[in-house]
Amino acid sequence: MKYWIPAVLLVALAAWLALSGVNEYFFYAAYVVLTFVVLATAWNILGGYAGYVNFGTAAFFGLGAYTATVLFKWLGAPLAVQIAAGAAVSGMLGFGVGLLTLRLRGIFFAIATVAVIFIMETLMINWRYVGGATGLQLLRPEVTAPFESYTRMLFVVMALLAVAAVSVARYIQISWIGRGLRAIRDSEEAAECCGVPTLKLKLFACTVSGALMGAAGAPMPMYLSFIEPASSFNLTYSVSALAMPMIGGTAHWIGPVIGALLLGSIQQVVTVTISNEINVLVVGVLLVLFVVAAPDGVLGLFRRGVSRRK
Amino acid sequence: MKPLLEVRSVSKHFGGFTALSEVSLEIAPGERFGLIGPNGSGKTTLINCISGTLRNESGSIVFDGEELSGLPAYQRTRRGIARSFQVPRPFASMSVLENLLVPYEYVEHLKQADAGKQAMDILRRIGLEDKAGTPSNQLSQVELRKLELARAMAARPRLLISDEAMAGLSGSEVDEVLKILFELNAAGITVIMIEHIMHAVMRFSQRVVCLDAGRIICEGTPESIVANGDVQRAYLGA
Amino acid sequence: MIISLDLLFEAVLFGVLLGCFYAAVSIGLSVSFGLLDVPHVAHPAVMVLGSYCTYLVAGYGLDPILAGVVLMPAFFVLGILIYRFYYEAFERRGSEAGVRGLAFFFGLAFIIEVGLILGFGVDQRSVEAAYIGSSLRLGDYRIPYRMLVAFGVALVLTFALTLYLSRTFTGRAIKAVAQDEPALRLMGANPVRIKQWAFGIATGVSALAGAMLIIVGPVEPAIDRLYIGRTFAVVVLAGLGSMTGTLAAGLILGVAESIVLMFFGASWAPAVAFGLLLLVLGIRPQGLFGR
Repeated sequence: MKYWIPAVLLVALAAWLALSGVNEYFFYAAYVVLTFVVLATAWNILGGYAGYVNFGTAAFFGLGAYTATVLFKWLGAPLAVQIAAGAAVSGMLGFGVGLLTLRLRGIFFAIATVAVIFIMETLMINWRYVGGATGLQLLRPEVTAPFESYTRMLFVVMALLAVAAVSVARYIQISWIGRGLRAIRDSEEAAECCGVPTLKLKLFACTVSGALMGAAGAPMPMYLSFIEPASSFNLTYSVSALAMPMIGGTAHWIGPVIGALLLGSIQQVVTVTISNEINVLVVGVLLVLFVVAAPDGVLGLFRRGVSRRK
Repeated sequence: MKPLLEVRSVSKHFGGFTALSEVSLEIAPGERFGLIGPNGSGKTTLINCISGTLRNESGSIVFDGEELSGLPAYQRTRRGIARSFQVPRPFASMSVLENLLVPYEYVEHLKQADAGKQAMDILRRIGLEDKAGTPSNQLSQVELRKLELARAMAARPRLLISDEAMAGLSGSEVDEVLKILFELNAAGITVIMIEHIMHAVMRFSQRVVCLDAGRIICEGTPESIVANGDVQRAYLGA
Repeated sequence: MIISLDLLFEAVLFGVLLGCFYAAVSIGLSVSFGLLDVPHVAHPAVMVLGSYCTYLVAGYGLDPILAGVVLMPAFFVLGILIYRFYYEAFERRGSEAGVRGLAFFFGLAFIIEVGLILGFGVDQRSVEAAYIGSSLRLGDYRIPYRMLVAFGVALVLTFALTLYLSRTFTGRAIKAVAQDEPALRLMGANPVRIKQWAFGIATGVSALAGAMLIIVGPVEPAIDRLYIGRTFAVVVLAGLGSMTGTLAAGLILGVAESIVLMFFGASWAPAVAFGLLLLVLGIRPQGLFGR
């Protein structure tokens, strides 16, 4: 209960903000930050809890966006269906990639996930139905009342998705599933000898992670009224989704949230005030900094600070 | 009586190196079995093949009448084979108690509360109950070895393989661990003990097998093994 | 689509040259990742850095290949520094840190890429030389001279490195440290210094590889992303630590990409390397000659 009350309140707050007179730009920026909350949380399920660091976020995110596009163009599907489909398809991709690569050790697994991104991107570049390399313009339907604009509505949708993603991550973390994933991370061999079905659990984490990333990607075409391969499958999504939990802390569900809010906000500020390139530089530098100096992230620093005071 | 574990002509290679060469043995239910041999003779490799951590290239391993080949390690644990690791592998991010929750939740499928109670029982037996909340990466070497054994016990095995659980322990600690293993055996658990501490192996085992360079060079009662010339040569390198 | 034998032969011919080039740019990774087990995802980025440095030095009138050679000592030192940092921050702290080491190199790759964008902009850069632009005519086929140059340098580089690793004392020490580090320690050699030296060599070689990259075609900062696929595909297909395997794997990739390029078009070419990588990882992860 201690969790659910603030969670519901946050969604209510989001809805109230969307209906208020707050500056439109806030919703543009907040939508992106909330997207990263979902991506970072999703990444952490496999990368943080189970310890399988992967760079494939852009593949699942982009695939979610393209699934939504296809459904919209082909069937005129409403947003909720787009999101569900994006989650389903990306979840299947997560399962497939897991099946193919989870037996591989550390770096091979990571490189394989990069490969999936480029292969997906190449497939979309060569598919004329979705616009190929130049992309596709989308005509959005009328925005549903009581929202004034698409951005406001999508902001609330993404807030819901963020709460959903964090709830899933939290459930996994505190349940026996989370303990199994941690056992895999600490010592996969010992985990197997304690009865943990390591492959099944890893596949589960891959699938859930992929599905959540796909769900985060699905509203993107509506947000931009446009979709194209290069930006949908941009490697920056992968680096950010990895950097944010590393910065916030990977052991607890709140770590990715902290990291996403922190880094996501910094990114928005830097992109607007300086440039997009410096934005990517900031992500890279912060990632290296935290990975070297503060491996347990902000959460770890906080815990150390608290225990030192005692 | 039907053997609990049959190892039939098992071989294992690592590249050009032969770790196990046509190893065969049988273990009766309820037996106390000792496995000795110099370092690098293949003892841990054999255990890895039995537990499923490694796959043997040829031969078969049959547990309680069931062929184990192709079964992943976690399935073998669920069927009743538990092992401790020679170099302790605790779940470092977890407390001592949590380490034990893993086998209870995954082998016995217990809920956390019940698992917690049973885990505390094991910790009491093994002398780690006041360390229950300690993060396992803060334990001493001796405590880590006890945790390894406790975790294997938590899997409620029919066959327990103890891989050098007593290395580095003092005389009284060795007696403690030996007492626990005797109690487990008295309760019906078959125990395979791998050890270098000869007096422990002698006191504990009903039957001993000696491995050298991947082959069994001798098999018999503890007394006959110790007196055996081949065994002495293997250890002392004549 | 009719596969004309003529076109196929031309594709294979070009593919062989391309393949040798891919082998040359991957050989540094064969050492740093194949032998030393360093998760060097930033290898292509360092190579692209080498391309841009070549561009700068060649701007003073030096031939690009010469520029690459001149840069090798500086990159050797850079390699030692990178390895030293990686070792102190990660490898020393155990296997859990290994996974973070991977994240580190990923971050490093991005930093290098953005640094290049800030320094040179996103436009393509190229160099000029006598052999760039013209082609050799062999009957009906035209082979660009720059590809022949890259081919030649690639062969020299591969053989030089293979000889170094098998004939010299340091070279064999490097191979030894890859196979059995404790034994090496017992012999009185310091594995960290050997690995450092090896990583320096691998990075020095990357400078020359970067020179070849900008000779073969124009470069832009983001090109390292494409080469992550190519270099890792070659190294994994070769089998970790095999130098001759790198040449063979490079040839396979080069020919495959060239054929796809010829018959399916440039928009499919990027997927070849990554697809080959996934295939190898799925079917035979130890590669052709893996240890």
